[in-house]
Amino acid sequence: MDWSYTIWIPLLPFVGFLLLGFYGRKLPAPVPGWIGTIGVFGALVLSYITAYNYFFVENTDMLFEPIKGFEMLWMNFTDVLQFKMGVLLDPISVMMMVVVSTVSFLVHLYSIGYMKGDPGFGRFFVSLSLFTFAMLGLVVATNLFQIYFFWELVGVSSYLLIGFYYEKPSAILASKKAFIVTRFADFFFLIGILIISYYTQTFDFLTLNGMDETSFTSLSASSFMGMSVLAWALTLAFIGGAGKSAMFPLHIWLPDAMEGPTPVSALIHAATMVVAGVFLVARLFPMYSHVDGGAVLHIVAFVGAFSSLFAAIIALTQLDIKRVLAFSTMSQIGYMMLGLGVSGLEGHEGLGYTASMFHLFTHAFFKSLLFLGAGAIIHAVHSNYMTKMGGLRKYLPITHITFLIAALAISGIWPFAGFFSKDAILDAAYMHNKIYFWVGWFVAGLTAFYMFRLYYRIFWYEDRVYKHTPHEAPATMTYPLMILGALSLLAGFVFFYVWPFAEYIGPTGKPFHMHINWILAGISLGVALIGIVLATIMYKKKNDIPDKVSKAFGLFYKWTYDKFYFDEIYMFVTKKIMFGIISAGWTWFDTNIVDGTMNLIGNTTVKSSNAIKKLQSGRMQDYAYAIVSGAVALVIIFVYIWTH
Amino acid sequence: MFYILAIIILVFSFLAVTSSKVMRATMYLLFTLIATGGLYFLIDYNFMASVQLIVYAGGIVALIIFAVMLTEKIEAKIALPDKTKMIFAGLLSIVGSIVTIYILLSHPFKESSNDIGQTVSVIGENLLNYGEGGFVLPFELVSILLLASLIAAIVIAKRKFDN
Amino acid sequence: MIQGVGITHVLIVSTLMFFIGIYGFLTRKNLITILIAIELILNSVAINFIVINKYLFPEKINGQIFSLFIIAVAAAEVAIAIAVVIDFYRINKSIDVEHGETMKY
Repeated sequence: MDWSYTIWIPLLPFVGFLLLGFYGRKLPAPVPGWIGTIGVFGALVLSYITAYNYFFVENTDMLFEPIKGFEMLWMNFTDVLQFKMGVLLDPISVMMMVVVSTVSFLVHLYSIGYMKGDPGFGRFFVSLSLFTFAMLGLVVATNLFQIYFFWELVGVSSYLLIGFYYEKPSAILASKKAFIVTRFADFFFLIGILIISYYTQTFDFLTLNGMDETSFTSLSASSFMGMSVLAWALTLAFIGGAGKSAMFPLHIWLPDAMEGPTPVSALIHAATMVVAGVFLVARLFPMYSHVDGGAVLHIVAFVGAFSSLFAAIIALTQLDIKRVLAFSTMSQIGYMMLGLGVSGLEGHEGLGYTASMFHLFTHAFFKSLLFLGAGAIIHAVHSNYMTKMGGLRKYLPITHITFLIAALAISGIWPFAGFFSKDAILDAAYMHNKIYFWVGWFVAGLTAFYMFRLYYRIFWYEDRVYKHTPHEAPATMTYPLMILGALSLLAGFVFFYVWPFAEYIGPTGKPFHMHINWILAGISLGVALIGIVLATIMYKKKNDIPDKVSKAFGLFYKWTYDKFYFDEIYMFVTKKIMFGIISAGWTWFDTNIVDGTMNLIGNTTVKSSNAIKKLQSGRMQDYAYAIVSGAVALVIIFVYIWTH
Repeated sequence: MFYILAIIILVFSFLAVTSSKVMRATMYLLFTLIATGGLYFLIDYNFMASVQLIVYAGGIVALIIFAVMLTEKIEAKIALPDKTKMIFAGLLSIVGSIVTIYILLSHPFKESSNDIGQTVSVIGENLLNYGEGGFVLPFELVSILLLASLIAAIVIAKRKFDN
Repeated sequence: MIQGVGITHVLIVSTLMFFIGIYGFLTRKNLITILIAIELILNSVAINFIVINKYLFPEKINGQIFSLFIIAVAAAEVAIAIAVVIDFYRINKSIDVEHGETMKY
C-alpha cells in the first residue's frame, strides 16, 4: 500500500503556517482562524485514514510492523552521518497522530471563539499551526535527528505561545523560563543522541530498536561508573524528555506556562507537548529494555512516581485554577512515566507500556477538556482564582456538565476513560514493585480529592453574586467541549471493550489481551471515591473544615502552598552562584573586552571624524594653504628624492 | 640700475602684504607695479612697460581704491593675523622660495646673445595674424572675456530690488 | 638683455615676489588685502614670462603676448572680485574673511 500521502499529515499545518505567516495580518479576524482550522482538519482526516488503514486494513493479522511511509535524505555528510527526514508509521505514532490532530483541531475551533477581539488573533493561529506541524513532525520521526529537530521546534512554538501576551512582564518571564529550562534539558538530550549514534553508528529508530540482545551487549561493553555508556546515553536522553514533560526537578516551568492563553495550555501543556518526553521513552523502548537489563527504566519509574506524588500534594492547596490543572498534568505524566518504567517487553510484561500509552491517549482528551472548560470559566468570570468563583453551575450549564465528566474521568471512576488507563498502570506497577503501587494508589486518591475540590469550588461552594452575570461561551467554544466530553466519557469504554487498546499497541507490535484485575481496580476505585466524598464534605458548601485542616498541617501547608520553594531555590542558584561566581569572569570578559572592542572601534571612528572634519573650515585661505604646501612638497619629492 | 629696482620691488611688496592700513597697502602695491614697469623699460620692452603702467598701475589700483572707499573708512586699521598662521605661512613661503631658487640655480640656462629689439608694429601684426604663429584667437577670446567680466561685475554689484 | 645681470638674478626676484604674494594671500584677513596679494602673484608671473622671452628667445614675441594676456585677465578678474566684495559687504556689513565661512562643516 502506498503510504506516501502521510507526508501531508505534518505538511498541511505547515502550509497553513506559511499562509498565515505571510497574509495573516492582512486578513480580518476570524479568517486566519478558519485557515488554521482547515489546515489541521486536513491533517486530522489524513490521520484518521492512516489509522484506519494501518490498524484495520494493512495488518489484519494483528501484528503491527512499523512502516516507513516516506523518507528523504536531507543532509549527507558521510556514509554514516546522514540526516534523513521521513514518516514512520507504527502503532504509537499513528495513535499520537490521531490524538494530536484531534486535540489540535478542537483547540483551533475553540480558539476562534476564545481569541475573538484580541489584536493578536492572526499571530496566535500562526504559532498554533507551527506548533501542530512541529508536533506532528515529532511523532512521525524516523530517526533521532528528526525527533530532536522537531523537539526544538516544538519548544520554540511553546515559547511563542506562552509569551503571546507579550506586554505582560509575567508572560515574558514565563516564556523565557519555559524555553530555558527545556533547552537546558535538551542539551543533555543532544549529548545522549550523540553518544548513541556514535556507538551504534546510526540515528534510525528502526535500526536502533531492531537490534537484538547480543548486539546490545556487545555495544554496551564499554562502561562508565557502573552503567554502560549506552545506558548513560539513554539516561541523558531521558533527562531531555523529563525537561519537556515537566518531571521533577525540571518542572518549574509548567505552572508558569499557564500565563499563556488557555487554548495554548490545553493543547500544548496538557495533551501534546508535555507528553513528548513520554513519547520519546516509548519510541526508544526496546533500547531502554535491553540495555543493561533495563537499568534506566528504574530511573524512569522513580522519577515518574516521585513527580506524580510531588505534584499531587502541591495541587491540593493551589488557588489558581490553571495552576491546579498544571500540577495535575505533571502528576498524570508522572503516572505515564511510571507505567513505562515498570514495563517489560514481551506479552503481558508489556502491560506497563500499553497502559502508559492508553493513559496518554485518554489523558489528552480529559485534560484538554478541563483546560478548555477552565478557559470558558475564566472567560465568563474574568478571573483565574477560585476565590472569585462559586455557584457557577447555574450560569454555565454546558461547561458544568463537561467539566464534571472530565473530573470523573481523571479520578478514575468506571466507566469513564481514566478508570481503565489508570488501573492498567497500577496493575503493571503492582506486578513490578509494590511500593510504586501504593504510591500510585495514594496519588489516585489525592487526584480525586483535588479535582473535586476544584469542581466544587467553581460550581458549588457558595452562591456568589457576580457583577457581570457570567454567560455561557459561544458555540465555537462549547462544541469542542461537548466533543471532548463525549470522548472522555466513551474513549475508555470503547477502546477497552470494542477495540481493545492492548491488541493494537504493544511494545513489540504483537498483541496481547489486557484484562482488569478487579481486586486492584476495586482498591483504587475505593480510594478515589473516598477522595470525592472528602471533597464533597469539605467543599460543596462553604464551611470552615478546610481552614481547620490547613491549620492542623501548619507549616507543611505553607510549604505546599509555596510549591516547596523550588522556584526560589533555582533562582538563588542561578543568580547568586552561577551568575555571581561561576560566570563572573566570563561576563567581565564579554562586557569589557568583547563589547569594549566594538565600542572602541565605533568611538574611534566618531572621534577621528570629529577631528578630521575641522579640516573643512570653509575658509579659502586654509584650502589655498593646503594646495600650495602640497605643491611644494610634491616638487621637493619629485626633484630631489625621486630622481636620486 | 637693475638692483635698485629689484630692491624697490621686493621691499614694497613685502610692505604691501604686512602693513596694517589698507590705503598704505594699496600705495605700496602701486609702487611695486611702477617699479616693475621700470624693469620692463630696462629690457627695452617699451610696449609691455606702457601696458603695465596703464592697465595695472593705473586701472587696477584705482579700482582697488574705489573698493576701499566703498566698503570702509580709509583710515581704519585692519586686524593683524594670528601668530600661528603667520608662522606657518611664512615657513611655507620660505621653504617654497628656497626650493625654487635652488632649482633655478642648478639649471643651465642657455642665454642667447641675439639681442633684437621688438617694436610695437611687430606685436600688433602678430596679434591679428591668423596664419602661422598668429595670436588672433586668444586675442578674440580675451576680448570676449573682458566683455563677460564687465557684464558680470555689473550684475553682481548692482543693488537688488526685492519686491 | 640687461648688461651684467644674469637671468637667474631676475628670476630670483620674481620668485621672491611670488612667494611674498603667497604669504600675503594666506595671512591676510581683509578681502581687499588678499586681492592685493593676488595681484602681486600675477605680476610676478608676468615678469617671469617677459624675462625668459628676452633672455632665451629674443627673436620671438610669445612671452610678451602672453604677459599681455595675463594683464588683461588680471584686470577682468579684479573687476569681478571688486563686484563680489561690494556684494559681500552689503550682506555682511564687513569685509572680514571670517564672515565667509558658510561652507564650514
